Amino acid sequence: MDSFASDSAFFGVALTLGCYWIGAALKKRFRLAIFNPLLIAVALCIAFLLVFRIDYQSYNSGAKYLSYLLTPATVCLALPLYRQLEKLRKNLRAILCSLIAGALTSMGSVLLLSMLFGLSHQEYVTFLPKSITTAIGMGVSEELGGIVPLTVAAIIITGIFGNAAGDLVMKLFKITEPIAKGLAMGSASHAIGTARAMEWGELEGAMSSLSIVISGIITVAAASFFAMLY
Amino acid sequence: MKYLKQFSIIIAISFTAELIKYLVPLPIPASIYGLVLLFLLLCTGALREDSIKESAGFLVEIMPVMFIPAAVGLLGSWDAVRPILLPAVAMIVAVTIAVMAVTGRIAQRMIRSEEKRRG
Repeated sequence: MDSFASDSAFFGVALTLGCYWIGAALKKRFRLAIFNPLLIAVALCIAFLLVFRIDYQSYNSGAKYLSYLLTPATVCLALPLYRQLEKLRKNLRAILCSLIAGALTSMGSVLLLSMLFGLSHQEYVTFLPKSITTAIGMGVSEELGGIVPLTVAAIIITGIFGNAAGDLVMKLFKITEPIAKGLAMGSASHAIGTARAMEWGELEGAMSSLSIVISGIITVAAASFFAMLY
Repeated sequence: MKYLKQFSIIIAISFTAELIKYLVPLPIPASIYGLVLLFLLLCTGALREDSIKESAGFLVEIMPVMFIPAAVGLLGSWDAVRPILLPAVAMIVAVTIAVMAVTGRIAQRMIRSEEKRRG
């Protein structure tokens, strides 16, 4: 099975898309937040690879073409943002203030919990950039002396958790304003959360896209200060 | 030729963004430079929305599945994660909810109070 998978150009992509559709169907059937298509797809793909003893490399020899599209797709997030330029201008103060507060909350609460759990300094700086987009977070972690693969894992799990829990958190904290919902998703769970925000609406998606950029920059600027605190 | 033209523009911007990343020594990925670059091109009128609309819409719509291969790859970091699994999971859940709540509540409150002031 593994040798077929590693030779096949379409196995990885087909498995990924198939698992995503199963996730989407489950969500439609049960309408529960836990049935998040992305979360289910990841779990099913992992289960499939383990059951049929297929190496990740074999799967990824095809699936990597999906990852390849991530850069052009992220670039295209500029289009919804441009369409919402008027809203962006009108609410600039609220947008910047809430994103600064969000980035500080992220790093502040990582600091607090690291102290609480008695993590080492290296583990603390590994988690420090966990709310921002992967490539920026990796850079920050590396610069501060964190464990980069662990940072990547934390960032991706944060994104998927945010994507899955977003609906519930918005309801729980009575966040109904589309701009506020988008900013919350982008600042807490970067591009993966943005994918969910985009499904809520273009304004939500645009604000979430903006948050990826602004929160990333704030975190780059403030992380070395936070790194000195513990 | 519509899709070929749109796709070419998007790839050209992504490539330019890679060049910028190569030249600027900051931990900022090409995708972010590209996002800002495309945003500026649209704002200055150098590029019209129509010249990328359909292809951009396609890429943004299928974006969720692009994260799956990297997430499946976490399987390989299992050994690294296991020793600190509990604090890591607690941290991720608590921090993500806290950030969403703080950002969302502050944004909502400020937007509404400004709307009220404007009348």
